[in-house]
Amino acid sequence: MIRLEEVTKTYRGANEAALRSVSLDIQRGEFVFLVGTSGSGKSSMLRMMLREERPDQGNVLVLGENLSRLPARRVPQFRRKLGVVFQDFRLLPNKTVYQNIAFALKVIGKPKAFIETAVPDVLRLVGLDHKSDSLPSALSGGEQQRVAIARAVVNRPDVLLADEPTGNLDPASSTEIMNLLERINLAGTTIVMATHDRNIVDRMQKRVVEISNGEIVRDAETASYKEIPSGPTPIIPEPKDFEEKP
Amino acid sequence: MKLGFILSEMWAGIRGNFSMIVSIILVTFVSLSFVSVAALLQLQVGNMKNYWYDRAQIAIYLCSDFSPEEQCPAGAASDGQVKAVGDQLESAALSPHIEAFYFENQQDAFDRFLAESEDLSAVQYLLPEQLNEAYWVNLVNPEKTDLIVEAFSNQPGVAEVRDQRGYLDQIINFLNISSLAVAGVAAIMLASAALLTTTTIRLSAFSRRREISIMRLVGASSWSIQLPFILEGVLAALIGGALAISAVGFGTSYFVTDLLATQLAFTSFVGIEDVWSIAPLVVGVGVLIAAFAATVSTFRHIRV
Repeated sequence: MIRLEEVTKTYRGANEAALRSVSLDIQRGEFVFLVGTSGSGKSSMLRMMLREERPDQGNVLVLGENLSRLPARRVPQFRRKLGVVFQDFRLLPNKTVYQNIAFALKVIGKPKAFIETAVPDVLRLVGLDHKSDSLPSALSGGEQQRVAIARAVVNRPDVLLADEPTGNLDPASSTEIMNLLERINLAGTTIVMATHDRNIVDRMQKRVVEISNGEIVRDAETASYKEIPSGPTPIIPEPKDFEEKP
Repeated sequence: MKLGFILSEMWAGIRGNFSMIVSIILVTFVSLSFVSVAALLQLQVGNMKNYWYDRAQIAIYLCSDFSPEEQCPAGAASDGQVKAVGDQLESAALSPHIEAFYFENQQDAFDRFLAESEDLSAVQYLLPEQLNEAYWVNLVNPEKTDLIVEAFSNQPGVAEVRDQRGYLDQIINFLNISSLAVAGVAAIMLASAALLTTTTIRLSAFSRRREISIMRLVGASSWSIQLPFILEGVLAALIGGALAISAVGFGTSYFVTDLLATQLAFTSFVGIEDVWSIAPLVVGVGVLIAAFAATVSTFRHIRV
């Protein structure tokens, strides 16, 4: 589903590589945490998977496409098969909850009839069907993130990429978001989530990929709801519980 | 991507950016007005050339008893010399270029002078013998006067070869230079219109960068992101172009057709139909420049 092969990336003007020869294999239906300190390379990996960046060396394969070789004109079609969520929600402040989600479908040319059924459906999924006419400013942070998740999954993507989705939220809202992501994952969507929220990772008991200085230092397969073969051999063979690097 | 959605995005852009859109319209209006005036001046030059070059003739004046010594050292042209000029005009070398020619004797020249002169007081001292006999030549291609001038200038018995076009060339030169000057101003104005459009559309795109970033993330195609901005610029250019054509059309019918053409009836002038004929070109130039500027200025935003 997602495979990184010896991916190396150095940003222009940077002295050190953001990613150094990173290899990773994520199977369909997995829920994977990318953990590590700020600047460790978590976000760079997500940006590679979204084809916001291209590797200097190595290959990034997502949903059967080799993103290193995907021509620019085919990037939009590729992104329609992905959902993305960010720490800062990225909702349009002048559009209602309903309009925010419908916008994502309109810009890719979905027919009106599809939008009129898909948006209420996804609002029910995230439990915000009663707030469809509210503006984002009238919602709590947790609710805003649920709208953002609704927007990300309304087109039924195979993969959901989440970059610190609970970073701006209190513990109770974070729990809501994680429960929602877990339900989406159970419905078959592969989820890759970058976070440094230790409590969440400990509680969820999912696969954990730890990144430090642009390298994978731990790839731990914890109890999973279904048996999925693990990815490439972890670089550090003994799985440990996630510890945030100082 | 649906047209309705693109148009609603375009309107959102125009609403959020109204005063800048008005400035594009105004600059486009002024610059396209200059373009129109330059084009009309060129049409006027063409008009006058067509009108006058068809009528302009070449006169081959033959020597008379009164011709100056340096032109006609041998005195009046002999019958043989007169016939030689006529024969040469009919020769295989020249006749393909000549549409028509006729011979005017001294009495004919005198009669024509009487007919054309308004002040008859001068005529009482004039005798037919003082005027030159002449061949009047119309060319197939009025531009090729050199042919006749060269052939006959040093011919014995020929006093002077005069191209009537020479009288017209001055005014045509003046119009050509004016047209060039106006075109120069138009070019500068068009450049500033293009730059202003670039800046304005860039501002418009910047003010909607959130929408654009979301459109990119959810997989909107590049053209569906760019098109509302391009249409924004094109709409402004269309309005500016329509204003320019209206203004120039009004000016042409009021100043040229109603004033100039009635007072200077000797030649034909450009009219409102000429304004219509250059309208597609003028508006097209404005639209192309706006579309190009908007495309360039939004390119950065759609890079994936």
